[in-house]
Amino acid sequence: MTVQGSLQILVVLAILLAIGIPVGGYLYRVSTGQRSKLEGVFAPFERLLYRLVGVNPSVEMDWKAYLKALLLVNLVMMLFVYLVFRLMGHLPLNPDHLPSMSWDLAFNTAASFVTNTNWQNYAGEASMTYLGQMIAITFLQFTSGATGFVAAIAFVRGFINNRRSSLGNFWVDIIRLHVRVLIPFALVFAVALVGLGLPETLQGAQIAHTLQGALQTISRGPVASLEAIKQLGTNGGGFFNANSAHPFEDPTALTTVLEIIAMGLFPTALIFTFGKFMRNRKLAIMLYSFLIAMVIAGVFVVYGSEAAGNPILHHLLGITGANMEGKEVRFGLPLTSLFVGTTTAYTTGAVNAMHDSLTPMGGLIPIVFMMFNLVFGGKGAGLLNILMFLIITVFLSGLMVGRTPEIFGKKIEVREIKLATTAMLVHPFLILVLTAIAVTTKTGIASMNNTYLHGFSEVLYAFTSGAANNGSAFAGLNGNTPFYNVSIGLDMLLGRYVSIIAMFAIAGSLAMKAVIPESSGTLKTDTFSFGFVFVAVVVIVGALTFFPALVVGPIGEQIQMWSGQLSP
Amino acid sequence: MRSVWQSIRTTIVFMVLCGLLYPLFLVLIGQTVFPFQANGELVKGPNGAVVGSRLIAQPVTQPGLFQPRPSAVNYAANGSGGSNLGPTNPALIKEVRGNILAFEKLNPTVSVSQIGPTEVESSASGLDPDITVRDAMLQIPGVAKATGLSTHTLKKLVLGHVRGRFLGIWGEPHVNVMDLNLAVLKLTHK
Repeated sequence: MTVQGSLQILVVLAILLAIGIPVGGYLYRVSTGQRSKLEGVFAPFERLLYRLVGVNPSVEMDWKAYLKALLLVNLVMMLFVYLVFRLMGHLPLNPDHLPSMSWDLAFNTAASFVTNTNWQNYAGEASMTYLGQMIAITFLQFTSGATGFVAAIAFVRGFINNRRSSLGNFWVDIIRLHVRVLIPFALVFAVALVGLGLPETLQGAQIAHTLQGALQTISRGPVASLEAIKQLGTNGGGFFNANSAHPFEDPTALTTVLEIIAMGLFPTALIFTFGKFMRNRKLAIMLYSFLIAMVIAGVFVVYGSEAAGNPILHHLLGITGANMEGKEVRFGLPLTSLFVGTTTAYTTGAVNAMHDSLTPMGGLIPIVFMMFNLVFGGKGAGLLNILMFLIITVFLSGLMVGRTPEIFGKKIEVREIKLATTAMLVHPFLILVLTAIAVTTKTGIASMNNTYLHGFSEVLYAFTSGAANNGSAFAGLNGNTPFYNVSIGLDMLLGRYVSIIAMFAIAGSLAMKAVIPESSGTLKTDTFSFGFVFVAVVVIVGALTFFPALVVGPIGEQIQMWSGQLSP
Repeated sequence: MRSVWQSIRTTIVFMVLCGLLYPLFLVLIGQTVFPFQANGELVKGPNGAVVGSRLIAQPVTQPGLFQPRPSAVNYAANGSGGSNLGPTNPALIKEVRGNILAFEKLNPTVSVSQIGPTEVESSASGLDPDITVRDAMLQIPGVAKATGLSTHTLKKLVLGHVRGRFLGIWGEPHVNVMDLNLAVLKLTHK
């Protein structure tokens, strides 16, 4: 670790904050239907889309109608995309003659991209045609990010409502978000990325005669357009197998900085959007401070651990220095460590290094961030999890001081607590039960690339990544088997929709409650002391559940590495 | 029923808008404004044939050229990836030992204690186009011997190809192997 390296990390985070605050304000204006400076461009485009989709933008939806529309459109998109994966080998835009997918891989991939997870049991350059990359992958990278975002906004509306059932109109929200936010941001970012070296072509792979006279087949394609929304929509599913470690997805230190900022942008901004909705700037600042402190702490653990290197290589082979297995020279350790931390904090899942080859402590951080699932979190989904834990924190604090718990002027009662607890428990339940099943079956173990404790970490990482809708991997695990395709597929679907359904039910009941004016007896939720309680609840209730699994996986392996023991 | 129909229409509209019009518009921009980047930064050799991409490492096993970092996928530019070997895996030791032997073969004057981790540990993509300045310097005696160029010339060449940190802040100084090797070939063909 060096001062210069630390500076590289902190400057990126400072820029992210500086852009995140105004973008948060913009998202608030978009979500509340305010006019923009480009109204003359946006409004006619929106009217056209309303007509094409067949919606009446003035209809208001209660939580059931909103949720029904959200789930239905997700289901239809998943079916369409599944068909594309099954048929793409026979469809146009396939210059490299790649085949269609098997049923289980197509199911896993469709579930993965519709849930904003972007777990990939396929290697992009070898198994995804250009048509698939465009009308399936790039398409869902827009809409799945938008789905999480509108779900969070609808929930926040439930908080604000005073005995009013409407959470907005799902179709209007999703169309406005695309027209005013996602498409313009992605267009600008994608053009910048092409200029900085990402390919954007429909031509097939290029055969090169290398300097040494051998043949090399160089895969390429419409990369930049996918890359832009992959990062902005907290998606993370790469064009190539190596994801953002591939020089065509991330050719320079500058592009990796831009990609980190892009994936952190909306999750950071949403905290400030939330503050605007609640008319409470202090609340947003408090939440931001605690969340960014967790990010920084995690990133520096990764940085320190990777810089210390692998003592076993030093003892056995005399190689001294940082752990560079599975890393790229152009990024350097600080930006690699920052990427590892942010891609799991912001629940994106892109990688610019192979997480499987990180030191055990370096690999622990991404797993823990995904287990928290709310260190900013994915687009919208993160804010939903933060709100869920705020409700649980308020409830526990209320019990401790003997008051009826209330948050933002709404009483929290039995129904809300039951639902919030359900939403909270799905996450550890999925991760721990599925991991247990996998490591006790032959077919689960056979897919491990590494054995022993690290092999356990590979499986634990996979189900954590799926349930958190992250999508990054300890990629040595061969997930393209019927067992893992189906189990991780269900992991992703349940991890996404069970908590969304529970949270919408909470929003529905909160919306119908009267807003109680703040009194001297109200527990203040925008103070730093409440923030400490919040983090404590997250750590104790949320993360301790996972501690035994972490001991068997990365913590155990770290001790193994320090003691110089290779796996048997 | 009405919302099923709306869902289908939404899916088709966004599939066309975000999945066709958006990427095709970008292809148009890329091919007209940035054709070099948009096609993969391909470079041509003296006879006009494509010899590779500036951004993609290719195998170097013969003396006379600078070696890129080791690749777990044997520099398959149509099948990128890392080794995904964990730090306590015996296979990692085997892999690194093999990489040390391969490096020593082309650079017999270098002792193991001088070798840095970047030159013997596989990259993440298997296609890392860059090496550290130190790794380039270590290879100079081997390249000099094979090409007949003086170590002084090669040192100047390497230093001339060093790309520093962006804005002096981000990344690590490195050398692009393709650029460097093309420069070496230019000198030896004269």
